[in-house]
Amino acid sequence: MPNVHDQIAEAVAANDVVLYMKGTPVFPQCGFSAAVVEMLTKLGVKFKAFDVLADADLRQGIKDFANWPTIPQLYVKGEFVGGCDIIREMFASGELKDLLTEKGVAVSA
Amino acid sequence: MPMPAHEIEALIKTAFPDAEVVLTLLAADNDHYQAVVTSAAFKGKSRVTQHQMVYAALKGKMGGDLHALMLTTVAKGP
Repeated sequence: MPNVHDQIAEAVAANDVVLYMKGTPVFPQCGFSAAVVEMLTKLGVKFKAFDVLADADLRQGIKDFANWPTIPQLYVKGEFVGGCDIIREMFASGELKDLLTEKGVAVSA
Repeated sequence: MPMPAHEIEALIKTAFPDAEVVLTLLAADNDHYQAVVTSAAFKGKSRVTQHQMVYAALKGKMGGDLHALMLTTVAKGP
């Protein structure tokens, strides 16, 4: 069995912006996941999404990885940025856009 | 399994005795809450760490017994 922790570490290292969510960006299965997708979309950020509902090991593994009990979880350049509440606060204050720009991630809004 | 508001507040206050906790029920199911927690313990900590401290205070109930807690943490000033 592949090690979930390593899988996550590889995924967040290989992609600038990674979102672990319930459902997919087109069909989110949870309001909190949908909210983060919407904010990233508004900023015009390209991101890689993983659906934790499709993988029970990943669903538990991602909680252990960041010591964070809930989903969604957003990673930028390998670093855990936050869940829905933190992303919402950072989006509203402009901090999220600043962080992405600072990290060299293209934003179009 | 839902969790009554006084239990959530008690767990947070046990971990942060100085905390001001404003808890709002978002749906009539004892399962979707909004909380604003203000404590001096958050000073100088990142948002992620502040939230992790509150989740730790809830002793693993977040994401389990407690489905949704919209959380805002505020560091109490001097």
